[in-house]
Amino acid sequence: MAEKIGVYVCHCGSNIAGKVDVEEVAKWAGKNCADVCVSRDYKFMCSSLGQAMIEEDIKKEGLTRVVVAACSPHLHEKTFRRACSNAGLNPYLMGMTNVREHCSWVHKDRAAATEKTKALVAAAVGRVKHQQPLEPFYVDVNKATLVIGGGIAGLQATLELADAGYPVYLVERQPSIGGHMAQFDKTFPTLDCSACILTPKMSEAGQHENVKLLTYAELEEVSGSVGNFKVKIRQKARHVDYDKCTGCGICVEKCPRKVLDTEFEAGMGNRKAIYMPFPQAVPRIPVIDTESCIWFERQKCRACEKLCPTNAIAFDQQDEIIEVNVGNIIIATGWKPFDCKTIPQYGYGRLANVYTSLEFERLCNAAGPTNGKIVLRDGKTEPKSIAIIHCVGSRDTRHNPYCSGICCMASLKFGHLVLEKTQAEVYSFYIDMRTNQKNYEEFYQRLLGEGMHFVRGKVSEVTDAARLPSEQGKLIVQCEDTLIGKQQRFPVDMVILMGALEPQADAREMGLKCGISCSMDGWYTERHPKLDPVATMTDGIFVAGVCQGPKDIPASVAQGAAAAARVAGMITKGKVMIEPVVATINDDACSGCKICNNMCPYNAIEFLEDRGVSHVITALCKGCGTCVSACPAGVITGAHFNNQQIGAEIEGALWDALQPAGAAASQPETVAV
Amino acid sequence: MSNVDPNFEPKIVGFFCNWCSYRAADLAGSARITHAPNVRTIRVMCSGRVDPTFIMKALSLGADGVLIAGCHPGECHYIEQNYKAMRRFHMLRHTLRAMGVEDQRVQLVWASAAEGQQLADAIDKMVAEIKQLGPLGWSQNWEENGQRLKALEDIVHEHQEAMEVPV
Repeated sequence: MAEKIGVYVCHCGSNIAGKVDVEEVAKWAGKNCADVCVSRDYKFMCSSLGQAMIEEDIKKEGLTRVVVAACSPHLHEKTFRRACSNAGLNPYLMGMTNVREHCSWVHKDRAAATEKTKALVAAAVGRVKHQQPLEPFYVDVNKATLVIGGGIAGLQATLELADAGYPVYLVERQPSIGGHMAQFDKTFPTLDCSACILTPKMSEAGQHENVKLLTYAELEEVSGSVGNFKVKIRQKARHVDYDKCTGCGICVEKCPRKVLDTEFEAGMGNRKAIYMPFPQAVPRIPVIDTESCIWFERQKCRACEKLCPTNAIAFDQQDEIIEVNVGNIIIATGWKPFDCKTIPQYGYGRLANVYTSLEFERLCNAAGPTNGKIVLRDGKTEPKSIAIIHCVGSRDTRHNPYCSGICCMASLKFGHLVLEKTQAEVYSFYIDMRTNQKNYEEFYQRLLGEGMHFVRGKVSEVTDAARLPSEQGKLIVQCEDTLIGKQQRFPVDMVILMGALEPQADAREMGLKCGISCSMDGWYTERHPKLDPVATMTDGIFVAGVCQGPKDIPASVAQGAAAAARVAGMITKGKVMIEPVVATINDDACSGCKICNNMCPYNAIEFLEDRGVSHVITALCKGCGTCVSACPAGVITGAHFNNQQIGAEIEGALWDALQPAGAAASQPETVAV
Repeated sequence: MSNVDPNFEPKIVGFFCNWCSYRAADLAGSARITHAPNVRTIRVMCSGRVDPTFIMKALSLGADGVLIAGCHPGECHYIEQNYKAMRRFHMLRHTLRAMGVEDQRVQLVWASAAEGQQLADAIDKMVAEIKQLGPLGWSQNWEENGQRLKALEDIVHEHQEAMEVPV
């Protein structure tokens, strides 16, 4: 039975018609392409009139296939599918070919562009004949959500969903939620105290009836797909019984072993072997660090166990795997600071009074190791001059090419805190000042007025080798001031390195577990950089906060809330549509060679031992088609992209290649392979 | 290469992956980055979908070249399927070399959705290279090749098993 094909060539105003003779293409297709019974051109095919025209033809002419030659299918495939659907034609019997972005917009020669358009139309006509009616799948959405990462972005997402009445599992690697924001003293540009705005949210999450906190826990494995993910979480052994502990803190107080706190205090202070990272920690359940605990080292001490009023210490506690079922996952895993030792000429780790920005945050935090007094490493001397070096490891092709986004504002904040608390002079060494959010520029202007000094240039070296008597005992910052074109030396007492924000060390590994990808830099790739910055290419997996790219607190909060809104939308809808572009194996013809089994990155192909054949688990298949092209027997079919369809498309695209010159007029399908 | 026909316009079939390269070509369009009109695009979901027989088929049907474009390694929408495309590409290239098909005629490029310019440059470069080479001419000898084609496809399928090294 011959198909009845309708071909619709869009002018797109003059966007296509300006470079392509669309009337000629429509006429040509009607005459030369087999089975085409309607061929029209129209000013704006996507307009309601254009769609109505297609719908009417389907009904009146009884079209069985539709080809639309217009813009990118990424723009209007849905529009034309809907039009077909409205007229009673299965939407997967429509094919779009892109003659705007791929043709009229990029070619200069009208004749060549018209020729290419014909080939693209011929290809689409060839393909559409072999397209098959498909039905999308619908699956129920589990109401529970997994949020990975308890920083501000993850917290916001958690609370939005929990407040909407949906259960949330919040997984955090550290013993407490809070993330990096808990370490900060003040937040720019409003200078409100970080803890004052963060800790209420933390305790709200800790007490919320819809939130299940899993702190000191890590994501182990994700299986399933949108609507129904099965997640395995490793609850690391705290060696403290979660249910018995009241958080009184006697164990922490009595623990005799002090160690350097390299995480929360960024190496600026100490903690005990049994510890809560900070006083406002949520949950208030301490953790035993087995690497420094005397009991784990040499089976002695047990002071905490003896003194615990509720017998909550459990030395023999083991890691536990918790399994949860969720409908969606929000990844908010944040960032790690750049290792400033990577740039040896800045002296971090070698020169005592060179600090990282996180160290300085702890130094000026009222709850930090010096109670907020800005002093040098000796613990008493107040610095008389401080240099802040921007872009350490960012905007630097040797390290990270991207801008970390927050450091300009953070250094202005540091400048303000130093000027407020000390008599010191502050020098800021910048490449460009980037203060482009609400009230940020105003804060910059304020600091200019407060007397912070700005030097435009990239610092070449920080050294303690004095050349002049005035440099004795100082750190000398060597920098070309590019505004006056002079090399200058700035003797200072303290240097703060504004290190880059970097992706977590295991970001790629985590991405792989969840089936999402990272950019070259290691940040998670969003579905669309402008129009869909919270979803990812994997349905049901969302990203929020810095793990998607450097951003400040307001942007992280906004993205966390946005991700939650998307998840809430999915839950409210109750069902999710899955494109029917999946692979199927003809099990009668499968030889059971298992070649396809290892091709699939989603483990969607299982081997049925009893029947000796491979089988695609439809719910897991994402439709990439790699197994289809790998099957040596050719018995895997990729729906909507099968061999017949692509083969016909190749033939159509080369319709004029087999014709002798000048006689390129007959039907495209002259050769059967 | 003395008899290069200045009027020769190569016909190239492009297999572009839906997520990166097809979008890169879309971006080239939105940014009006002009490039040679010789590549006729076929959209596939992933460069991993490109069966070596598609390439053989295109060449046998008169294409002067085939361009496969996918996401950068490490950025595949399907995690790592572009590596599989790469593996197949290099294996097929060996076969094609043995058959006297120049390397420039079948190319694999990476273009992220942000790299409209790079994709346009790659297309221009490829078209210029094939113009230098002249027509492939498989279709001119269609009778003969038509008979051989079956045998060629058989060779590819025969070797496919060896080409797929499980990860």
